Amino acid sequence: MHTHAQQTSVPPLVRDRVDNFHGQQLLYVGWDHHTMICAPIALLVSPELRFGEVIDDLLPASAFALHPEWPQIDWARVEWLLADRPFTPERSATLAAQGLGHKAYLRLRTPALRGIAGSGA
Amino acid sequence: MNTQDTRRPTGKKLSLKEKYALMTRGLGWDTSYEPMDKAFDQLGLEGIKIHDWDKWEDPFRLTMDAYWKYQAEKERKLYAVLDAFQQNNGHLNISDARYVNTLKLFFTGITPAEYNAHRLFAMLGRQFPGPGAAIACQMQAVDELRHVQTQIHSISQYNKYFNGLHDHTVMNDRLWYLSVPKSFFEDAISSGPFEQIIAISFALEYLLTNLVFMPFMSGAAYNGDMATVTFGFSSQSDEARHMTLGLECIKFVLEQDPGNAAIIQRYLDKWFWRGYKVLGLVSMMLDYMLPKKVMSWKEAWEIYFVQNGGSLFNDLSRYGLRMPKYWEQSVAEAEHLSHQTWNAFYNFSGAAAFHVWLPSDEDMAWLAEKYPNTFDQHYRPRIEHYRKLQAEGKRYYNPSLPMLCQTCQTPLIFTEMDDPTRTSHRQLEHDGDTYHFCSDGCRDIFAGQPDKYVSAWLPAHQILQGNCVEPGAEAAGDPGADALRYFHVVAGQDNLDYEGSPDEANWLRWKGLDKTPPAAAA
Repeated sequence: MHTHAQQTSVPPLVRDRVDNFHGQQLLYVGWDHHTMICAPIALLVSPELRFGEVIDDLLPASAFALHPEWPQIDWARVEWLLADRPFTPERSATLAAQGLGHKAYLRLRTPALRGIAGSGA
Repeated sequence: MNTQDTRRPTGKKLSLKEKYALMTRGLGWDTSYEPMDKAFDQLGLEGIKIHDWDKWEDPFRLTMDAYWKYQAEKERKLYAVLDAFQQNNGHLNISDARYVNTLKLFFTGITPAEYNAHRLFAMLGRQFPGPGAAIACQMQAVDELRHVQTQIHSISQYNKYFNGLHDHTVMNDRLWYLSVPKSFFEDAISSGPFEQIIAISFALEYLLTNLVFMPFMSGAAYNGDMATVTFGFSSQSDEARHMTLGLECIKFVLEQDPGNAAIIQRYLDKWFWRGYKVLGLVSMMLDYMLPKKVMSWKEAWEIYFVQNGGSLFNDLSRYGLRMPKYWEQSVAEAEHLSHQTWNAFYNFSGAAAFHVWLPSDEDMAWLAEKYPNTFDQHYRPRIEHYRKLQAEGKRYYNPSLPMLCQTCQTPLIFTEMDDPTRTSHRQLEHDGDTYHFCSDGCRDIFAGQPDKYVSAWLPAHQILQGNCVEPGAEAAGDPGADALRYFHVVAGQDNLDYEGSPDEANWLRWKGLDKTPPAAAA
């Protein structure tokens, strides 16, 4: 289990600590049942970004906007999850203010939309 | 009067048994100026107890003099065939130029791994005090180096004619999807000596080797690639010896002390899952990349893992070992693995050093036949959508960066066991940071050694930290273009679709299939 090197008192190198992102942080976003976008996406964001800007500026420039169902999303009815817990975002609040810290994983669900030809893709 | 000293060579040839005794077992000695546990200082750290190294059985009883003779003979044969391949333009005899993309994956992903295996066995040869085990490891270290060399020489034939094969060492260090096999080997090589040998000799070489060897070598034979078949055969007899080392090693360690089984089981659970995750690339190759198919991933997994692996673990159950954790999940996922892996490369083919293409009608009929439970329902609609977009000239490329698994470094492209349309995701908190995983298996591995995996070099995060800019080059300001240059992928030449690539244009010209009128081509 432990090799010689691991027994030294040098603290482990945490390569993705938030300080390494130059004032920004990571935010992951996934869209359930839309596997054409092969994986959740990783965004580089400011903690001071408002949630509305994620929807209005960042996602339209992402892979999500290339999905055929993107224009049909009814944003008032989107269900949000933070990892596995239901989450109610505030459009005008910053990410930091609503607990979306470094490496938070947001999921959106659009129950009316079931992917390409209803296949979940 | 007989004055002859019997300890000196008499000129009489030694029997094989005498040779083995003198040239293998006889080469060990106990240190006197330093205690043995200081000379072999990594041995006690893992908790494995070895009471008698002399109990190590070496089924091959190969001595170094015979080893050099056999290997030299293999080399002579290999290079004779490679010369013939070159002189007869053997690259024109392959089934289709698409096939070469499997070689690009092999050369950038597996050849550098063989080099790491060479380093690993050289270190193990130094770490084991028993001469039987040490010499077997030293021979394997030399074998692995030979495999690297023969692969470079074989594939250099293709590098003269096809793109994407020009820089395998840099690509292995930097290219995003190659961090999956690279991190697998670096994880192994930074483990204790017993974990290293269980990881590579047993889990990879014994349990999973057919899943790598069969697809590439049978794939090469089916697709007319005699250069690869030749280096494959040349290394096959070495592989037989490596597999035996894996099996001997696990039996030896288990028989030495009853307390060893629990540690070995933990290693098997970890390395089965690590290996399985690397094999996602192979599943894509079998189902989506070989122009002439050998068998499906699902069939290969059933034969080589479920049946062969199952009977192996049956044999090992007398030592208290069981099948590796989550093996049932790997069987259920065999319905999905290749389709989900291929989709990731279709999404990100702009950033790959090989070409992708859509399956033809015939390919899709084959996929539907091999995957009756999943293909038509989940995967055909997506491919038909891609086909429609391409016909309209609107080919979909994913412009975003993917979320990656902290352990296996694969993007989160796999789905939940109970819902093939929802991303499989696990997470845990460690020391104030959040870590994300593709599966329970990868989360468990992290939880066992968090200090190791927090330092993972995850390509997407490195790009976002601004670390993926070619040294000495001016940043283009576009992270995608910078990353591509950093990967040493030549845009428009190595990446994107096969259709429209320089590889395709060359192939059609060489085979006389080019339909473009000469005037238009000029």
